Amino acid sequence: MRMKRVAALAAAAALALAVGACGDNADSDSGSSGTSDVTFEAGTTMEKLNKAGKITVGTKFDQPLFGLKGLDGKPVGFDVEIAKIIAKGLGISEDKIEFVETPSTVREQVIQDGKVDIVAATYTINDKRKQVIDFAGPYYLAGQTILVKASDSSITGPDAFKDGTKKVCSVTNSTPATNIKTYLKDETTQLVLFDVYSKCLDALKNDQVNAITTDNVILTGYMSTNEGLYKLAGTPFTEEPYGIGLKKGDDKFREFVNKTLEASFADGSYAKAWADTAGKYDTNAPKTPTINRY
Amino acid sequence: MNVLVDHFDAFAGGLWNTFQYCVLAAIGALILGAVAAIFRISPIPPLRWVGTAYVTVFRNVPLTIVLFFSAFGLPALGSNADFLRIPGLEKIVPRLGIDLPFFRFALIGLVLYTGAFVCEALRSGVNAVPAGQAEAARAIGLTFTQNLRHVVLPQAWKAAIVPLGSVIIAMIKNSAIAAFFGVLGELTYRGYNLIIEDNEPAIPTFIGITIGFLIMTIPLSLLLDRVERQRAVTR
Repeated sequence: MRMKRVAALAAAAALALAVGACGDNADSDSGSSGTSDVTFEAGTTMEKLNKAGKITVGTKFDQPLFGLKGLDGKPVGFDVEIAKIIAKGLGISEDKIEFVETPSTVREQVIQDGKVDIVAATYTINDKRKQVIDFAGPYYLAGQTILVKASDSSITGPDAFKDGTKKVCSVTNSTPATNIKTYLKDETTQLVLFDVYSKCLDALKNDQVNAITTDNVILTGYMSTNEGLYKLAGTPFTEEPYGIGLKKGDDKFREFVNKTLEASFADGSYAKAWADTAGKYDTNAPKTPTINRY
Repeated sequence: MNVLVDHFDAFAGGLWNTFQYCVLAAIGALILGAVAAIFRISPIPPLRWVGTAYVTVFRNVPLTIVLFFSAFGLPALGSNADFLRIPGLEKIVPRLGIDLPFFRFALIGLVLYTGAFVCEALRSGVNAVPAGQAEAARAIGLTFTQNLRHVVLPQAWKAAIVPLGSVIIAMIKNSAIAAFFGVLGELTYRGYNLIIEDNEPAIPTFIGITIGFLIMTIPLSLLLDRVERQRAVTR
């Protein structure tokens, strides 16, 4: 008797869970299906994505101005807009793009594992990463710089770390972290790395570190959300070209993304993407970079 | 499996750092747990309440949250954990003495968390001592502290060894979580970094990390077995 009641309860619970899971898929069926007035060569990634009608994009969810997830669950920012331009070129409508969070640490892995189709997440192109994935672009040229508290005037550039007293924070597996190590006297006492920038901001706020170093656009974004508390120290001291990460060896897809980016530089959609997002804080439209075909 | 040979210094350095962290955390947790256990079994009600509150909070809050409060809440309260910069200890464990407080915060977090489990393990040992022992001690006029010191604790120790061993081994494995809170030298973090930054193959690297942890936990298990065989309750 007892077992029958328990079994009935378990079955009811399982049914309720299944119905609940079905309910979540409802909203992804609404909205227009992917336009198919673009055709692609058979067997290419573009054709596969166009036929599927959806694309998975890795982006940042915690980067103001570039990829920031709002309360409605949708990320907004310059990287997001660039991804939408690429999706449009593939004939996929905006609401069919699935955005997945890719913090700096996991960007190569998600591409290699096939969890995302492209990554547009303030992703600097460098040779080490090119060994495992491919880059289309660059679509933006950023530079590494340093963020300090607004009241701190002792740090004016990366050389301020050479005396060994100043502490700096960055994020794991990022090019700024590798670059700043060359300016530090002693890495173990001066450098701390976290997995996300928000922890670095907390550490700076609490005076555990004296500075945060990463790309200038990321730091500008954090300055915009914390008015008046922080400032940039000095000028950018490296060049960080942002690219679209995609699977290694997919040359046709890379060429397609490169062509799409070049078209957007020319037809104004790139400038509009900037003006709608980061341009609200930095009105200078960025210089369109030259695509690096390798 | 070349990654183990090529990056041996990364694994060895990481193992040494984790070993230092675990030893310090174990000492702290045993002391704190013992104090909390004595509070919990004391005849003074306020001490009992303090002990119970401590155990209830820290056994039920996940370690990640405890470390989060330790790494970002303590500074907000104005502390840099400078009291842990003990002069003699700083020489042996240099990371205790540096300005960056994250190692000290991670140490505090792990000690607080593990101390609650140590307290419960010790208390289970105390409860295993037959009630007649404590009653007899009271009958011959021993005070509470004398009771504990001479009658109960020597017998409780035997019964508490096995749960204590499990708690310490679990603590060694929990030390990996500190990597998310600014502690960069640990074994797990170093291995993970090899996979992400140097693109080494994942499985051999994780085998290396596992070997590191086994090097730390197996001797501890063997030691506990030996102690248990000498002093066990069941013979």
